[in-house]
Amino acid sequence: MNVGLPEAIAAEQGIVLYVDGVTVSFDGFKALNNLSYTVRTGEMYAVIGPNGAGKTTMMDVVTGKTRPDSGQVYFKQVHDLTRLDEAAIANLGIGRKFQKPTVFENHTVMENLELALKSKRGPFASLFFRLTPERADRIDEVLTTIGLTGQRQAMAGTLSHGQKQWLEIGMLLIQEPELLFLDEPVAGMTDAETEQTSELLRQIAGKHSVVVVEHDMAFVRALDVKVTVLHEGSVLAEGSLDHVQNDEKVIEVYLGR
Amino acid sequence: MPIRVNRALVLAFALALVLGVLAAPSRSLAQEAEFAELVATLATGDFAEKTAAIAALTATGDPRVQPMLEAMADRRLYLREEDGLVAIGEDDAEGLRLIDVLTGEEAGIVGSRDVDRIRANNRMRGIIRSALGTMTLMNPDAAVRLEAAETVFRSQDEGALDALEQALAAEADDAVRAAMEKARAAILLGSEDAVLRLEAVEALSSFTDPDIRSMLAALLVQDQDGTFAETDEAVRAAATEALDAIEQRLALWRTAGHIYQGISLGSVLLLAAIGLAITFGVMGVINMAHGEMVMLGAYTTFVVQQLFRDYMPGLFDFSLFVAIPAAFLVAGAAGVAIERGIIRFLYGRPLETLLATWGLSLILQQLVRTVFGPTNREVGAPSWMQGAIETTAGITLTYNRLYIILFCLIVFAGLIMVLRRTPLGLQMRAVTQNRQMAKAMGIRTGRVDALTFGLGSGIAGMAGVALSQIDNVSPNLGQSYIIDSFLVVVFGGVGNLWGTLAGAFSLGIANKLLEPYAGAVLGKILVLVAIILFIQKRPRGLFALKGRAVEA
Amino acid sequence: MTAASRPSGYVPLLMRLDRGGMVLLSVLAAAAIAVPALNLLMPPDSPFHVPTYLVSLWGKYLCFALLAVSVDLVWGYCGILSLGHGAFFALGGYAMGMHLMRQIGDRGVYGDPILPDFMVFLDWDQLPWYWHGFDSFAFAALMVLLVPGTLAFVFGWLAFRSRVTGVYFSIISQAMTYALLLAFFRNDMGFGGNNGLTDFKDILGFDLQADGTRAALFVASAIALAGGYLICRLMVTSKFGRVLMAIRDGESRTRFLGYRVEMYKLLVWTVSAMMAGVAGALYVPQVGIINPGEFSPANSIEIIVWVAVGGRGTLYGAALGGVLVNYGKTYFTGAAPEIWLFLLGGLFIAVTLLLPKGIVGTLSQWWQGRRGFGLRKRARPAVPASEGGAAE
Repeated sequence: MNVGLPEAIAAEQGIVLYVDGVTVSFDGFKALNNLSYTVRTGEMYAVIGPNGAGKTTMMDVVTGKTRPDSGQVYFKQVHDLTRLDEAAIANLGIGRKFQKPTVFENHTVMENLELALKSKRGPFASLFFRLTPERADRIDEVLTTIGLTGQRQAMAGTLSHGQKQWLEIGMLLIQEPELLFLDEPVAGMTDAETEQTSELLRQIAGKHSVVVVEHDMAFVRALDVKVTVLHEGSVLAEGSLDHVQNDEKVIEVYLGR
Repeated sequence: MPIRVNRALVLAFALALVLGVLAAPSRSLAQEAEFAELVATLATGDFAEKTAAIAALTATGDPRVQPMLEAMADRRLYLREEDGLVAIGEDDAEGLRLIDVLTGEEAGIVGSRDVDRIRANNRMRGIIRSALGTMTLMNPDAAVRLEAAETVFRSQDEGALDALEQALAAEADDAVRAAMEKARAAILLGSEDAVLRLEAVEALSSFTDPDIRSMLAALLVQDQDGTFAETDEAVRAAATEALDAIEQRLALWRTAGHIYQGISLGSVLLLAAIGLAITFGVMGVINMAHGEMVMLGAYTTFVVQQLFRDYMPGLFDFSLFVAIPAAFLVAGAAGVAIERGIIRFLYGRPLETLLATWGLSLILQQLVRTVFGPTNREVGAPSWMQGAIETTAGITLTYNRLYIILFCLIVFAGLIMVLRRTPLGLQMRAVTQNRQMAKAMGIRTGRVDALTFGLGSGIAGMAGVALSQIDNVSPNLGQSYIIDSFLVVVFGGVGNLWGTLAGAFSLGIANKLLEPYAGAVLGKILVLVAIILFIQKRPRGLFALKGRAVEA
Repeated sequence: MTAASRPSGYVPLLMRLDRGGMVLLSVLAAAAIAVPALNLLMPPDSPFHVPTYLVSLWGKYLCFALLAVSVDLVWGYCGILSLGHGAFFALGGYAMGMHLMRQIGDRGVYGDPILPDFMVFLDWDQLPWYWHGFDSFAFAALMVLLVPGTLAFVFGWLAFRSRVTGVYFSIISQAMTYALLLAFFRNDMGFGGNNGLTDFKDILGFDLQADGTRAALFVASAIALAGGYLICRLMVTSKFGRVLMAIRDGESRTRFLGYRVEMYKLLVWTVSAMMAGVAGALYVPQVGIINPGEFSPANSIEIIVWVAVGGRGTLYGAALGGVLVNYGKTYFTGAAPEIWLFLLGGLFIAVTLLLPKGIVGTLSQWWQGRRGFGLRKRARPAVPASEGGAAE
């Protein structure tokens, strides 16, 4: 019943994402080098690491954008993500927020949410899609959560940078994923916006498993979650922020030799 | 007719040959008198005297001998009764026009009663023919000997066998020797002796020649009542075997020929595509007017040649050496103007660029049509590009194609050098990899863009010079190459010049290998469909870039 | 909350029309009534009489307008720049042409009751298998949809599944129509080679030269354009359309939302090809000939400029562009043939550099600028600010 899943992991419950021995190379450069980690249900993780440590590639592998050269990636113990494409993985319940805010600028805020709203994704289902009162209510609810009720009919392109980030987080929420990947959710935000965002993320955690990739140490500290340090495509250190900050290897990587 | 060696002839011949060689340096009066006497003997002597005279005349190697003997064999050699003049007679409306064999001058028109035809019976004609064959087969010029051997091969004249064998014994040149052996075997194939025929078939089997194939195939033809043209079974078996061997070698040669044609087509494609590989591959600009840059180059060649014709016709052979840089400059300048005037406003919008440059291509075509007229323009080939090399298996390699292959490789190598070794090349690579960073380091990106585009266009212009040698120079010249060029670049992998090289040659060769089976048009269609399918399989082409560079 | 502020819900067909669409449909309805009336009812010497050649000429423009709408559907809304739509148009035209050839019967030059003249000329003794069935109008009409549709489906399935996008897609779509051009030039393909199919006599029993038939074909073209427009409008105003635009603006972002981009593209691409096929089928009886020249890559690129001139991403703008550019073409190729290519070329450049939103987009921007804020209608830009604005 657990197709192709290693038995040791099948036995262990509560693991939503299982990544083992993943290697990805581009023209000889190893972006990921035998990377292994697990994500548990309902927990939030922060991933940090210098440029080129493989943070983005790691998300690319899990969300189906990049196929690993070797290694295993399993979602909820049964779905082999290395065999699925982006759309299928998204439909399984893995959401992703990009580093650059990527909302659809020529659609309204409302339409952006409607596109993300959990529903059938086929072309014919879209042709005959109707915005039922339940769906409208769900959109209203998320609009309230992300504080964009007043901008419902505004073109997403006209939003401020921070509002776009929230809209994108809102789009993730309305997809109702079980696992979220957030790439630098507070990049370019003001302090006040950063504060609101970390509040928003704490709300989300608990209902969902969340992996946050971030450079901003203050923000990571505010999140107060388990931290994973990536370096040259593999895990360098894991633990609380204080723990990893005192790790010799981490200091060496960050401060240079 | 039985084949045997005429000993007297050989003797006389050998003697004459020695004399001839000794006397060769200058034609003295004494020799001239001797020649005249031999001619007289030919006209009046008895059979033996005539035979000896023929041999002696042949040995002189004198150019007058051949037409004389040919005329004699054709019964066109006459003796004028009044003065004993020996002359070739040509039928004329007014009578017989005589041409003096000694001077080569006309000697008046006479009635047939005034002259005696110099008689030659069948046997004499055989001797003459053999003598003629020997004469050319022993010619000091190897090319003449080769030609003579080919002639004997084609005629399969048994009378030439003796001469052929003598010549073969003395021949030192390998190519001529081979041709003579081929001719000998071809004659022996007609022999009545099955052993000789078998020997001939075996000798022929080592040649690769469509003529020999049909010759051998003729042996195996069955007529209606089932008898073979060749009666001897062993000979037939040998012929079948020889045919197979020849067929295999011919097929190999044909394939080699197709590959050569493919390389030739590939070099044309590469020339047309290489500029595109710069503008599209390196800069990401879809320049639909690229074909028109090629056309501008071709018209520049036309103009340059016109100037040469008008002002220094003696130097016409060098016109292409002026046309190449001129075409580069004209097309390059046009390219810079296009980049500055249109394309720079459209960076990052490839589809819009495609449309604008397409519009530009329409304008350029119409402009050229208005200036030069809609018809094809004549572009001449310099003398050193004319002619061809012919191989034994009937494959022709024309010099212009060879030069274009060479030219294309030189251009390609030059371009690689420019990109790797010059400051412009360095700046170009810097700008394409990271425009912002390049700008920050003080590179004037606008200038680099314009020069890069100019370089790509200039190369297209040089391609136009080459294409003007093999294609019609008309306003539509560019149109016929643009689609192929894009496919070459896309097939090879955008942004990779070596990919473009591989793409051009593999498409060219694939096209030419398919042609004999599918025909030119269907072959091309198959290649197009194959590319469409290939791009589905490898959307980034043969040599794709991987990793982050792709995302940019 | 009024219905207008919730555009995503179910909206009746007529309410999905924008101002331009209303105008287009009204003009089409008026033309469909007025043109045949002025042609058939007015005496030839009346100043109001519309000569038959003009009826067919305008009918031809309407076919081009439908073709332009079909290209706008994929280009303006989904960002697929097809350089091969002329092929679908021509295939529809050939399907109709084959029916019209069969209708000639024994009235051809050689009088063969079954074989078209060119087959008799080539010494063929029987109809190739793929010509069977075309004697029936219903079958031919089905083929008008199915042949371009199938080709588009197969081509699109291969291309979209392997994520061939942008200019790569454009170039291979051009290769597709180029391959078909070469193929249809061949005599042994059995489509009349170089000369194509021509000398048609009648359609559904009506004489093709008769004024009434011409007028009816004009009306049919108007109805087809209106129908095609409505189908496209229905598609783009549904959530399907919003997904298409999302794909246009950020293909990979749309995938990460869980949409199978290739399925959306395949559907819209196939529908668009079928519309182009219908346009070709209506075009052929009105011009009386179909030949391989219709497959020429230059033709396909020209369609793009019609859409660009009118305004991409508006549908009615594309229809307007199709009519306007072709009117200009007819006028200038008659009045000053040597400058037509200069004009067409200049049009390509001017539109891309100066009018990226086309006539319609530029006018509506100006109109909205005058009316200021407080619009009831949302200002949806016809063209994204930059290709691939989001994601990627």
